[in-house]
Amino acid sequence: MSEAATTARAQILNGIRRSLRRGEISGAQRQAVEARLAEPPRGPVVARAQLAQPEKVALFCQWAETNNATVARVATSDVAGEVVSYLLRNNLPAEAAMAPSPQLADYDWAGQKMLSLRRGRGEAADQVSITGAFAGIAETGTLVMASGPEHPVTLNLLPDTHVVVVRESDIVSGYEDVWTRLRERYGKDCMPRTINTLTGPSRTGDIEQAMELGAHGPRRMHIVVVRTSSGHT
Amino acid sequence: MESTARDFNANVGHALADPNLQDSLGKLKLGFSERRRQAAERLPEFEALRDRARDIKNHALANLDFYLEEFERKVLALGGHVHWAPTAADARRIIGELCQGMGARTVAKSKSMVAEEIALNEHLEAIGIAPIETDLGEYIIQLRREPPSHIIAPAVHLTKDQVADTFLEHHAKLGFTKRLTERNDLVAEARHVLRQKFLDADVGLTGANFLVAETGSSMLITNEGNADLSNTLPRMHIVLASIEKVIPTLEDAAVLLRVLARSATGQESSAYTTLNTGPKRAGDLDGPEHYHVVILDNGRSAVLGTEMQEILRCIRCGACMNHCPVYGAIGGHAYGWVYPGPLGAVLTPQLIGVEEAGNLPNASTFCGRCESVCPVRIPLPKLMRHWREREFERHLTPTAVRQGLALWSFVARRPRLYRRLTGLANRVLALFGRAEGRYRTMPLAGGWTRFRDLPAPPAGGTFHAQWKKKRPA
Repeated sequence: MSEAATTARAQILNGIRRSLRRGEISGAQRQAVEARLAEPPRGPVVARAQLAQPEKVALFCQWAETNNATVARVATSDVAGEVVSYLLRNNLPAEAAMAPSPQLADYDWAGQKMLSLRRGRGEAADQVSITGAFAGIAETGTLVMASGPEHPVTLNLLPDTHVVVVRESDIVSGYEDVWTRLRERYGKDCMPRTINTLTGPSRTGDIEQAMELGAHGPRRMHIVVVRTSSGHT
Repeated sequence: MESTARDFNANVGHALADPNLQDSLGKLKLGFSERRRQAAERLPEFEALRDRARDIKNHALANLDFYLEEFERKVLALGGHVHWAPTAADARRIIGELCQGMGARTVAKSKSMVAEEIALNEHLEAIGIAPIETDLGEYIIQLRREPPSHIIAPAVHLTKDQVADTFLEHHAKLGFTKRLTERNDLVAEARHVLRQKFLDADVGLTGANFLVAETGSSMLITNEGNADLSNTLPRMHIVLASIEKVIPTLEDAAVLLRVLARSATGQESSAYTTLNTGPKRAGDLDGPEHYHVVILDNGRSAVLGTEMQEILRCIRCGACMNHCPVYGAIGGHAYGWVYPGPLGAVLTPQLIGVEEAGNLPNASTFCGRCESVCPVRIPLPKLMRHWREREFERHLTPTAVRQGLALWSFVARRPRLYRRLTGLANRVLALFGRAEGRYRTMPLAGGWTRFRDLPAPPAGGTFHAQWKKKRPA
């Protein structure tokens, strides 16, 4: 850091301490704040999402549809067929950019002769993308995407149509459960570069406060919920 | 942004006489505020969440230096950079140099009130870099070269027809020569025009709704997805955020998210909530190579520890302006600077001086609706009252008002004189025709009666006189 930058930093931090009439926090106050960071307390529980797994999945689907997404619930063997059928039903090309994710390798894409897939990041010309999801949030019908080599962020944003395959067992009650899963998967100190939470397709209310779909991100979101036998996370 | 807060009274006159503005403001009542009420009713935990949201922000402010340092430590550990900007000029210089270092010609910008506060666009243009606003509302007003009139719906003052005219004027050269009449066509055209600009931009600049100290993440909330394209496609992502945006943990963010979207637009959740942490990682197929966070003070640290500290809890949802009868009558531009409504009436004098913006806290009837809907329970009327007191103490109040107040306080401290004078006034008012229940004209009250009738006091004498008669023994 340059000398000027060090001075600017000290100026702001010392200004804060002067206003709060104390020095750097220390002793018991510091311990309390550090303990709060280490074990983050949860806020009030939102009762509507505290459900057994099957009802949780149903709540997720209900909210996702309220948010203008479409939902299909299928068995593992029917995932690829449902995706192709969705594209045909909506007069969309049977051509998609797919996340290079091992999670998606479980499904029988090869069995769909009409479907042409390109695995990689999203490009400007892509009409359709297919991705998995890190989790689904039942409370609001929200999908959670964690970026990485297996899930490029551009697939969530550039295509007109986003098809998301999410397993029932990955649907949780609220944000707090997602944070717990993220810490377990990536470690407390290493978040992925980008976590996108998606609640329905892109929209805007900027002209006369009336909601219009398809502002900058996908105009359509189709969620394929895959039945899992265990039903537990 | 250049302030016109000093001309507040003249601004109000123009606003009241603008038929397009009045038409747009008429929609505000049925839009955001009704949807907010329904969203709050759908969630039984809403009031408990508001209490917790207030407590979280209070805790963060009481330990602000600690959480900012913790945030910085995490950003650095993941390969990002943090810049500290005590003033608006510092922030402008830092961002300008970062853009120049990338050889940037264009910057894709996602709506940021802090960027408006530091007049970033003007600075970038001055050094030969084109800022491109990508939020639809912000894009519309950038084309019209107007400031935002609302913190979450910057073009809320415009009608669809005005937007159609603006697009025709500016998009004709791009081949869009048909004047559009449908909202979805206007949105589609803007999407098309802006998509290429996203792809070409060298730098993406966003604000932040929150900075999460625990993880070193900046958190962004939009409906359009424009912030996400801004922070994903260009090679550099710059986050501009003020010091009070830092919160401790992801769990705290979950509480604030639940009150923010519902308070702002009445949605259960906005479409996009995004956490960005550092630059792209090894093996990532997209994302920016460079990640910089600029932390701005601009007078906020001096507010800590004062009677005005509570305004720093604000999470910029806009509910106070959506529910304010004064904002509803005059819109955002009349307030003369970046932050309108009750929020602006409290924050603007703090940031640009009570000499410049002392009139804003007077634009309130203290009806209290703003406080009743604030997701972090900021006592906005109380804070406006503090400003009125400071304005008075500094002798900034106009002479006629000061003399009037002095006269009133002289009389009010002498109960017998007060009763005699009000009794006299009551009898005089009766002579003007109380029977109708209101007065169309009144000497010395022309400023009021020119626009509306003055309600007449009810028959039966003054309140004091009636109280004396009716009080149970």
